[in-house]
Amino acid sequence: MESVLTVVKMYKLTIEDNTYNCKPDETVLDALLRENVNISYACKKGTCHSCVVRSPDILPPEVAQAGLKNTLKKRNHFLACLCHPEYDMVIKLPDQSEFYTEGIIVVNELLNRNTLLLIIAFKNAFEFNAGQFVNLQRPDGLTRSYSIANTQQESNTLEFHIRRLPNGKFSEWLHDELKTGDTIAVSEPRGHCFYLPERSEQGLLLVGTGTGLAPLAGILTDALAHGHSGPIYLFHGSRDLEDLYRINEMRRLAEQHQNFHYIPCLSGKHVPEGFRHGRVNDIVLASLPDLKGWRVFLCGHPDMVKQMKTMTFLNGAASADIYADAFLATPS
Amino acid sequence: MTDTQDNNTTISKTLYERIGGEGAVNASVDLFYRKVLNDYRINRFFDNSDMDKQIAKQKAFFTMTFGGPNNYTGGDMRDAHARLVKMGLDNSHFDAVMEHLGTALVEG
Repeated sequence: MESVLTVVKMYKLTIEDNTYNCKPDETVLDALLRENVNISYACKKGTCHSCVVRSPDILPPEVAQAGLKNTLKKRNHFLACLCHPEYDMVIKLPDQSEFYTEGIIVVNELLNRNTLLLIIAFKNAFEFNAGQFVNLQRPDGLTRSYSIANTQQESNTLEFHIRRLPNGKFSEWLHDELKTGDTIAVSEPRGHCFYLPERSEQGLLLVGTGTGLAPLAGILTDALAHGHSGPIYLFHGSRDLEDLYRINEMRRLAEQHQNFHYIPCLSGKHVPEGFRHGRVNDIVLASLPDLKGWRVFLCGHPDMVKQMKTMTFLNGAASADIYADAFLATPS
Repeated sequence: MTDTQDNNTTISKTLYERIGGEGAVNASVDLFYRKVLNDYRINRFFDNSDMDKQIAKQKAFFTMTFGGPNNYTGGDMRDAHARLVKMGLDNSHFDAVMEHLGTALVEG
């Protein structure tokens, strides 16, 4: 009998300095598990989303992105368990040690009584989507996540709003010790709570408390720059007037853009004219009872985010159109 | 799709494909879950659920039920609901959920 030589194609998977072969018929997850790579996984069938990884260089196969949020797809995230490679791939695991870039503090000033505006400049372009977050790192290794508040621009800077937390080791260091001209280590951008320039007639609802305004400000600037034509509502809430910020800037934007509406909300006792009185959740739901077809972005206090996720969904927003990043949930 | 293709494939098509595949399932699950969360008889059972995870599980379960690509790996139904039975889950709640499932599928 004639022997048949089958040409089988093996693709290479590269994670940091290591390269692994992915055998024909193996998924990326199979290959990495065979090679004893420490990767989280559970169902191996694309349901649980435990094995989401990222391909920074090339678009992953479409089937491996099935069911992921649009913003995750955009960042080349994919499910390792559904991915049969079509090329050699570089793969980033979610908990992989991150690549840090040195930046220089160029602005360091207070936005209100407890919120610091920090602007960090970089030598080269820093690529990100407005609304994503990075980890900032102190020289001793202590690390915290902060949302980026600006959009990607030519000046190669990142803007952050840092609230001073009682006994917050990191925020106290940023507030009290870091000075203009100092350097700081900044991780690559992460997170999937950002604006995609599609369905530009869609209503956008942005709800934030405290420094939850940071990512929303970036998302807002991005949407306006892309000529988003649907209504855009920004609700910013806190207890006292002294804890809101950027009020005049937002009002100016609302004057310049007919479709943008800014609603500052105060839940405390003292409520001057021009502000709504009440919890931001209640005010949003009373103002916009029908959110069918809307895209929703939620950032800030974890209880607000959790409740608003459910309530905006009940008021008609599709689950796939509700974006929130969870890391703000740890003000410890 | 041409007529001939249609004739050839109608019989082998799963219910999942006939109702419109992934897009239809996504829409029905949102409709269904919204009805459930709005129903005072049963919504307390979902107080501690993460909405995104719950919806992902529902999508997988719907897809399996309708004969789509079978990705459901949730636990055995009895085990998965044992915690809720302790909270008082019984047949009346099951009926309420089925009522919403029925209307969600009709509307979707």
